[in-house]
Formats: sequence, structure tokens, C-alpha cells
Amino acid sequence: MREFEFESPDSLAGAIQLLESSKGKPLAGGTDLIDHLRTGRVVTDLVVDIKKIPELNVLEINDEGLRLGAAVSCRKICANAEIKQHYPALIDVCSIIGGIQIQSRASVGGNLCNSGAAADSTPALIALGGVCSVTGSSGTREIPVEEFCTGPSQNVLEPGELVTEIKFPLPVGKSSNHYQRFIPRYEMDIAVVGVGASLTLDDSGENITAARVGLGAVAAKPFLAEKVNEFLIGKSVTEATFSEAGEIAKGLISPIDDHRGTVEFRLQVTSVLVKRVLTEAAKRASEKAT
Amino acid sequence: MAKQRVVTTKVNGTEKSFLCEPRQTLLEVLRNNLDMTGTKEGCSNGNCGACTVLLNGDPVTSCLVLAVECDGAEVETIEGVATKDGLTPLQNAFLENAALQCGICTPGFIMSTKALLKQNPDPSEEEIRFFLAGNLCRCTGYDKIIDAVQDAAKRQCGTGCCND
Ligand SMILES: Cc1cc2nc3c(=O)[nH]c(=O)nc-3n(C[C@H](O)[C@H](O)[C@H](O)COP(=O)(O)OP(=O)(O)OC[C@H]3O[C@@H](n4cnc5c(N)ncnc54)[C@H](O)[C@@H]3O)c2cc1C
Ligand code: FES
Ligand code: FES
Repeated sequence: MREFEFESPDSLAGAIQLLESSKGKPLAGGTDLIDHLRTGRVVTDLVVDIKKIPELNVLEINDEGLRLGAAVSCRKICANAEIKQHYPALIDVCSIIGGIQIQSRASVGGNLCNSGAAADSTPALIALGGVCSVTGSSGTREIPVEEFCTGPSQNVLEPGELVTEIKFPLPVGKSSNHYQRFIPRYEMDIAVVGVGASLTLDDSGENITAARVGLGAVAAKPFLAEKVNEFLIGKSVTEATFSEAGEIAKGLISPIDDHRGTVEFRLQVTSVLVKRVLTEAAKRASEKAT
Repeated sequence: MAKQRVVTTKVNGTEKSFLCEPRQTLLEVLRNNLDMTGTKEGCSNGNCGACTVLLNGDPVTSCLVLAVECDGAEVETIEGVATKDGLTPLQNAFLENAALQCGICTPGFIMSTKALLKQNPDPSEEEIRFFLAGNLCRCTGYDKIIDAVQDAAKRQCGTGCCND
């Protein structure tokens, strides 16, 4: 591995100063970064460990929603009963990123900032209405997750900026969420298609009042499937509704051919997976009290 | 050369201070600086699990941890599993169920299993397979490893009581 210096500041201001003055690289769980440093895909003279910064470790749920620090590990998220209750899609994601060793270290913030087209968390964060707080020397800006990635391994961060936390609104009433990916193996693989969905139902549990679907691995970046969302609002919770939503999703994607799947296969899998994920999200939502 | 750092870490219960460069992984430091070669290197990119150790109690792939990150941390490696009275029930279960052939994956499997049985003393087969998905074995075909973990859980009376 090429040489670099290492700092682990315990304040946000200290980290930002270091990152800005030296073009350093933030280190969260290191499950992407350390491998990239080893292979030379990332070259830097300074690695800044951001795990000791309090702002990046918040994990708080109240009436307004969830504040998730960017450096909180997947393992910690999986162990949180309140997240399980309100944001099960986050548990779906954090329990499939790598194996248990990766989950002990990997953060959702790192998954988002690595900005892979097939990153598992991003479609789920989009479905959950996540908004990132991004802080740099000139202040803090708020960016909806669907606007964060700009292309494969690219995002809106300027050098010296950190994602400090991601905020999510609290699902109220009969509202819940789900994430699923399709992979050729049972675990430890990269998504061929990833689908996150949040659904809110009316009190009867029979009609959809709000929907957000995020799609991953089927375009240059994960995105919000707005046409699917619009279609779903006002529809009844039926198999036909969800099948049609899957067909609409197919029309929104621009997948690639690779060894994990052909374009044709990804189109087919997308429609099936959208239907499955919506069905499960609706089931979870209908089981909620109003 | 980047400045060497002094890192102080509790390894298997004993405080150790060592000098290392920021670019050295925990795996490298364990094997090369501390002469603890029980932890194995398979892929060095987080995929095989051969290098699994417990970092502050959590299983991690030590090839994806910088040694400098471990200042003040507690690390447990395969060398710390057996006690002065000999092998633990977990280790005996692996031996007696023939859960290894070449053995290079075994330290990693033992460390992951230790973490599993601590959090879930009586796991189902599915839970075992899911938890151990980050540990690869090219020899056994896994079934014997699953048998060994189930046996280890039984030997530990389903309570994790003999786990430490
Ligand atoms: C064996 C293995 C299996 C994997 N399986 C999966 C999988 O199933 N699904 C999946 O999506 N990914 C997977 N990954 C990739 C990786 O584990 C995830 O992307 C993980 O979430 C990255 O988080 P991290 O905390 O380790 O990030 P790091 O590696 O620390 O950082 C990733 C990148 O983001 C930057 N960064 C980190 N935090 C911030 C921040 N707060 N602000 C600004 N920049 C930041 C870093 O500089 C770096 O460029 C796998 C990796 C391995 C090695
Ligand atoms: S050597 Fe670390 S996971 Fe393979
Ligand atoms: S026993 Fe050889 S790799 Fe598992």
C-alpha cells in the first residue's frame, strides 16, 4: 500500500480543516476505502478517520423522524429496535451489505459516499425520503439522497466536505418500507437490481396515499422512480396495481449488460422485484396501527 | 517514509504497544510485527474472512482495518481462544466434526462463530449459514462446519456459558 499519514480528529471542525488543507480522504468503516488504497484506485497523502466525531455517530428517533450519523455501522443499525419498527428497509439493507465482518465496520454514510451504481443502501435511503446534511468550511447544506449521486462513483461532495448525518421523516399511520435486491447467490454479492419502497395506506389499509420507490443497479446512479410513485397514489392495494407498477419501472431504467446479467434480464428482474417489494411494503404497512 | 506511530492495543487481554506505519493493516501488524500468525491472509480485500478477528467484540476482517485505528481498542485473535486448560468446546467441536481440511479458513471461522454464539447461543442452521457467509472455505463444502457450530452450541449448553 502506498504511504499516507493518518489523523483521527474528535471534532467536526478539526476534520474539515484537515480534509480541506491536505485533500485528505475520510475513513469511515474503510470497507471500500482501504481496499481502494491498497489497489491504488484511491491515492491520498492523508487518511482522516471520522469515526470519533460525535456528530457522525448520532442515532436518534423522535416525533420528527430519524437522525442517522453518517459513520454509524450497519451492525449498530441492525441492533436498534426503533429502527426495526419504523424503518425496516434500513435493517433489510444493513443486514445484507457484505457479511457480518463487513457489517461491523461498514456505514450507510460510506455506502452513499462511495456512490456505487449498485450500492444497496442508496435506493432504500431514497425510498425513505432521506436528506443528507453536508458540512464543509463554508457551512452546511441539505441534499435529498436522490440528488446526491451524480454518476458511477461520483457525487455532489466538494473536497473537504463531509456527510454528517442523514435525516428521515417518521412514517406515520399505516406506513412502512422494504428493500430487496436480486443477486445470483444467497448472500455476499453485488446487486443486479435493487429496489427500495415506502408506502403509506389509508386507514382501511386498502388504498395507497403516498409512495416512494428507489431503484439501484439499473442506471448510472440510484434514482427515485417518480413515474411509479405518481402511478401508485390513489390506487388500491392489489396484485394488479403492483404488477403495473413493475411494468412502469421497466420503462424508467437504462441497465447495462455484464456478467451478472444482461439488459433483458435486468428489465425482467426489475418489474418482478418492484412488484415483490411493493407487496411486502404494503403488507408491513397494513399491519401497522393507525 | 510516513511517520511510524506507537499504537497501544489490548490483544487477547494483554496490553501491547507496537510501532507501525499508517498504511499497515491490522492483519499485517498481527502477523509481521507481533508474530501472531494464527490469523490468516486469504484475499486481503474483505471477501474470504480468513483474517477475521474480534475488534471491541465485533467480528471484522483485519485486512480492512488499519492498525493505527486500533489505538485503545481490544483485539481478540485465534491465539486468545484456547485457555490454559486447553482447547475450548468450540475448538473441540471443529476438530471432532472434521470441520477442517487444509485449515486456513479455520481461525476465521472460529472467531466468527465465537461472535455468533455470544449473540445467539442456539442458532438455527439458516442463522448459522447467514452469519458465516463472510467466511469462505474451499475444502469442506461447509456442511461439516455447520455441524460443528451446532455441536459447539450444544456443548455450550445453549447459554454461551463456556464461550469465554
Ligand atoms: C466483502 C465486501 C462485501 C461488500 N458487500 C456489499 C454489499 O453487499 N452491498 C453494498 O452496497 N456494498 C458492499 N460492499 C461495499 C462497502 O462495504 C459498502 O459500500 C460500505 O457501506 C462502505 O462503508 P464504509 O463505512 O466502510 O466506507 P469507507 O470505505 O470508509 O468510505 C467509502 C468512501 O466514502 C467516503 N466517505 C465515507 N464516509 C464519508 C462521509 N461521512 N462524508 C464524506 N465522505 C465519506 C470515503 O472517503 C470513501 O471514499 C462490500 C465490501 C466488501 C469488502
Ligand atoms: S484476507 Fe481479509 S477477508 Fe480475505
Ligand atoms: S479447510 Fe481449507 S479452506 Fe476451509
